[in-house]
Amino acid sequence: MQYLLLIYANEAEAAKMGDAGRKEMMSEYQTFTQSIIKSGNFKGGDALQASTNATTVRVRNGKPMTTDGPFAETREQLGGYYMIEAKDLDEATAIAARVPSAKFGSIEVRPVMVYS
Amino acid sequence: MMVALRRERGMRREEIEQLFRSEGGRVLATLIRLVGDFELAEEVLQEAFAAALEQWTTVPDNPRAWLVNVGRHKAIDRIRRQMRLRAKRPYLEAEAALVGDALPLEPDDDSLSDDMLRLIFICCHPALNMETRVALTLRAVCGLTTEAVARAFLVSEDAMAQRLVRAKAKIRGARIPYETPDSDRLDERLDGVLAVIYLVFSEGYAGTSGQSLTREDLSREAIRLARLLDELLPGRAEIAGLLALMLLHDARRPARASADGDIVLLENQDRNLWDQAQIAEGLGLVERALRVPGRPNSYTVQAAVAALHAQARQHEDTDWPQIVGLYEVLMRLAPSPVVELNHAAAVAMVDGPARALDLIDALIGRGELGGYHLLPAVRANLLNQLGRRGEAKAAYGEALGLAKLEPERRLILRRLAELD
Repeated sequence: MQYLLLIYANEAEAAKMGDAGRKEMMSEYQTFTQSIIKSGNFKGGDALQASTNATTVRVRNGKPMTTDGPFAETREQLGGYYMIEAKDLDEATAIAARVPSAKFGSIEVRPVMVYS
Repeated sequence: MMVALRRERGMRREEIEQLFRSEGGRVLATLIRLVGDFELAEEVLQEAFAAALEQWTTVPDNPRAWLVNVGRHKAIDRIRRQMRLRAKRPYLEAEAALVGDALPLEPDDDSLSDDMLRLIFICCHPALNMETRVALTLRAVCGLTTEAVARAFLVSEDAMAQRLVRAKAKIRGARIPYETPDSDRLDERLDGVLAVIYLVFSEGYAGTSGQSLTREDLSREAIRLARLLDELLPGRAEIAGLLALMLLHDARRPARASADGDIVLLENQDRNLWDQAQIAEGLGLVERALRVPGRPNSYTVQAAVAALHAQARQHEDTDWPQIVGLYEVLMRLAPSPVVELNHAAAVAMVDGPARALDLIDALIGRGELGGYHLLPAVRANLLNQLGRRGEAKAAYGEALGLAKLEPERRLILRRLAELD
């Protein structure tokens, strides 16, 4: 079964992180990613640019409307994701708990829809 | 004679229903494992019950195995029917699993116990919200009807049915596993189960709203659940502690309310009305929990407080210094403003009201327990003891504005009348 791990963190807080902190975070992410590739859980994943570079599109009455920024203003912003394969929710949440940002941000675990 | 009579007339419906109530949870637990789906298991369980009502003239030797087997066959029938209607492959696999599974006709107790634990852990899974965990546990483990669960939590039957449907949809959709957690997650998950049980008990002991003070059925279910858990996971101090805590509190139930439904405070209770058998059992469990090596858990410490109250023949005999000490332990183990409030109330009995009032004002100064009626109520009582009647009245007035239960409001009104 596939789960999408959505990584949310406070961008303003993350911006305050010094170069050393950022470097350490990068290396923690590399270690984590390598470990879930090795265990066969990794299906995909990316980091995203800051939500200030986000654009939201809606079509209303047939007319596309484009606005600056993410869909919702929240305290934490979507910063990246992993697509993983896990046998059940307990395995998925155990992997989510190892995502480095889980220590200060939050990881939303969403099962992927299966059409049968 | 009785048996012969029963055979002639067939079994009474109530007898069978009573048996369903006591066996339903265990049968469901095993069926979920066999058919691999919560909802399907519930449906075939209902069908198995219906078949029993129709066919039983006397209880079979092993009613549990009978119900499991009938339910399993009903599931196979359904899967075969669906196979004819829709794409075959996934159903073929499900059928093969069900038919091929060498189910012992008389499931041994071990596998049944494992199933029951799985059912408890899935109903109390942290991926479900607390209200849902409570509802699902009462429905599936305790076998209460959806209507009874809805009534207990003062929501409509439709709303409760919806909540249960959503829970099962998440269990299936997100694939919440039907497993007892691994040893490294067991402590954390067990804490979650105990929290559900304690919430059921508390709701039954002093409902958060409504007309009546106690809803005994819920408390009884909580005690039954804790007994079951103690049987399934023997030797765990936190389970023994929680069971003791509930038994000791519940033992005071007959003395807690007057015939008119008014609250009788601990200090005024007729201690002859306390259930001594339950107290004896509770005391034994506290001792057992305290003997388990390691740091005591908060349920056991709370039970130890309840044990000291239970052992005092009269209110004046209460060992308050030891109770203060236990609350101090509790403030370290599981700090919370409610524990601090209880600690302050016990301090009043040892060091007098002035010292206790300082502690309570410190709590208020930190902005804790803003909406909790007992905070101004305890404060009012202390102020009254100190002869500060005007302030006491104001504090009771504040408590009255916050109290939601009718008997609590009447108690505060009585106190206010005494001050006039």
